[in-house]
Amino acid sequence: MNSAVKNTLLFAVVGLMILYTGFAQSWNTALLILNMGLISAIMALGVNLQWGFAGLFNVGIMGFVALGGLAAVLTGMPPTPGAWSAGGWNILAAFVFALLTVVAVVMVRGRMRAGWARSVVIILMMIAGFFIYRALFDPGVEAVEAINPALTGFLGGLGIERGIWVALAWPVGGLFAAAAAWVIGKTALGLRSDYLAIATLGIAEIIIAVLKNEDWLARGVKNVVGLPRPAPFEIDLQNDPGFVESAAGYGMDPVTASTLYVKLAYAGLFTVVLVILLVMAQRALHSPWGRMMRAIRDNEVAAEAMGKDVTARHLQIFVLGSAVCGIAGAMMTTLDGQLTPGTYQPLRFTFLVWVMVIVGGSGNNFGAVLGGFLIWFLWVQVEPMGLWLMELITSGMADGSPLKAHLIESAAHMRLFTMGVVLLLVLRFSPRGLIPER
Amino acid sequence: MDFLNAFIALSNFVLVPAIAYGSQLALGALGVTLIYGILRFSNFAHGDTMAFGAMVTVLFTWLFQSWGISLGPLPTALLALPLGIAGCMLLLLATDRVVYRFYRAQKAKPVILVIVSLGVTFIMNGIVRFIIGPDDQRFLDGERFIVSARTFKEMTGLEEGLAIKTTQGITLITAVIVVALLFWFLNRTRTGKSMRAYSDNEDLALLSGINPERVVMITWLIVAALATIAGVLYGLDKSFKPFTYFQLLLPIFASAIVGGLGNPIGAIAGGFVIAFSEVTVTYAWKKVLGYLMPESLEPDGLVQLLSTDYKLAVSFLILLIVLLFKPTGLFRGKAV
Repeated sequence: MNSAVKNTLLFAVVGLMILYTGFAQSWNTALLILNMGLISAIMALGVNLQWGFAGLFNVGIMGFVALGGLAAVLTGMPPTPGAWSAGGWNILAAFVFALLTVVAVVMVRGRMRAGWARSVVIILMMIAGFFIYRALFDPGVEAVEAINPALTGFLGGLGIERGIWVALAWPVGGLFAAAAAWVIGKTALGLRSDYLAIATLGIAEIIIAVLKNEDWLARGVKNVVGLPRPAPFEIDLQNDPGFVESAAGYGMDPVTASTLYVKLAYAGLFTVVLVILLVMAQRALHSPWGRMMRAIRDNEVAAEAMGKDVTARHLQIFVLGSAVCGIAGAMMTTLDGQLTPGTYQPLRFTFLVWVMVIVGGSGNNFGAVLGGFLIWFLWVQVEPMGLWLMELITSGMADGSPLKAHLIESAAHMRLFTMGVVLLLVLRFSPRGLIPER
Repeated sequence: MDFLNAFIALSNFVLVPAIAYGSQLALGALGVTLIYGILRFSNFAHGDTMAFGAMVTVLFTWLFQSWGISLGPLPTALLALPLGIAGCMLLLLATDRVVYRFYRAQKAKPVILVIVSLGVTFIMNGIVRFIIGPDDQRFLDGERFIVSARTFKEMTGLEEGLAIKTTQGITLITAVIVVALLFWFLNRTRTGKSMRAYSDNEDLALLSGINPERVVMITWLIVAALATIAGVLYGLDKSFKPFTYFQLLLPIFASAIVGGLGNPIGAIAGGFVIAFSEVTVTYAWKKVLGYLMPESLEPDGLVQLLSTDYKLAVSFLILLIVLLFKPTGLFRGKAV
């Protein structure tokens, strides 16, 4: 069997699994899996760019995904009336001042001779700068957060609310993530192996901490709900007599029909994004640029000797891969309709994406996409499968026995365990993944 | 008098909690650093190893409590601790046999081992949740305080009270004993010396007849003991909840790296650097400054540099700042 047939078969199997979910459980569940599978596949593509192409070990995916989500809020939501005049300019001034302080410190560092005098001046400048910054920043934040805190209390966004244009938030999410990645890459890419990994892990946590606590930015853990979306709202469809009529024509009740219609609309949009990114990633991989990347990955020293600027290439691919994750993050937030910083956990948003890339096949774009769909399907379906398994195991036990209750209850925790087993089995017996790199 | 009150307030809210937290981080970081030094990878599963060891201890504590066995004023968990360590040792040896040994034989790249340890994290996390569930578990008994704030005020007649929890006292004493034992082992015993030799120069150590498998096994045993002790101390001091141990991984890594990976002294120093910076940056200094400054200058706000929710972020900020100036940590760690 040649590899093309095998790969098509693998994709067909995953497709059939999702179809089976549709027939056996419900089409809503199947479409939910499909939509999140599409987003997961895009995240996996981003990680594959960094790890599969260039061998960069980035465990800060969660941070870039969350930044994408922030972009969805900042482009989609309408500006809060009066927020900018109340405190927005203060906040902006604080940031400008902070930037100026940094510039001043750098200049002083360059002008003065090294020694204790320079250190004292710099430390004093930084302490003074911090307190002046806080004096500018705090009243601004207080004023913004005081505006109707039950509903707004944040600056709001650009207010792009018109239908399909909301999807503009996706590329903006990519830009946010790319900008953050550039800053991070400039500081952290010089670090070696494990130091880089832990640094990215930490930066992701810092990003989440900021999103959780800076209420003026996106309401923090109070969450922004009711984000505008590129697909129509279910309730509008149900009130549209034309839609109700055509749903009845297919023999469906309008509520089910509207939920399915919305999910299909999302699926269509997501597929377009995935296909565009996949084509671009494929062309990049087979271009001279892609060959250079893999050469750097396989032997950094040799590539450097050939005159390749390894640091610059690493920064480049770090920014690109992170941008793809940011796009996926923005898509996910528009799908959910809300940004909830409290739910971002590294197990789900960093390590699970890594499982997708490793299981699918690192270095192969189709592998990453397959891994995204497959692992997401398992992540959703292992729980019901585990419950079914546990009920089978415990069917012989007496009702009301504590062991039976415990076993059935703990079926919910099977998914982490299963993900670990899948990852270890693939690493051991097929270390190049289901669709290996060619 | 005011200076004394300021110092007591500082001790109560900053020094005592930071010393206890720092000891817990240092014990955790020692485990991470030993694995890095000997097995040469960052073990992402360390937080969940701690959770597993602590969980076995919790289960035995409950068993002892149901039998009516207790240590009087001390928590029963101390009695169950050796059993927890034994359980954790079995788990780690089994993991090494089933998982890591294969990659060691293959001489896999360290980054592959890191990804493998991710898989182990998932599995251990699943096992712990499977057995004990994801919720908060209580297993602390015995006296709650060595000194409570009220008795301290009555004793000294000061305005400020100083409270020292039993768990904080136990944490510090245990940590001192464990660290002393570990350094005695590494510096004085033959096995300890062979471990250091293996960590410094693998080829040379192999040449001089050190059995690598034995070194690796002993490393896992020590790591199991360290992880369980750290996990139980943290659980006694705060609470036992599987998920918090996974989160604890982050400050532990930060400690190990700030000190320099692979360097035991660095791990301890890193633990205290991280703990003290977390507590001081997020502490509201109003009270302490209020005692120290003349009344007219007293601050109006809380004088808090960052809100307490930034704790986790602070440890990484410190990590990044240190790495910017010293790319392999304060004490010159290794890089593989």
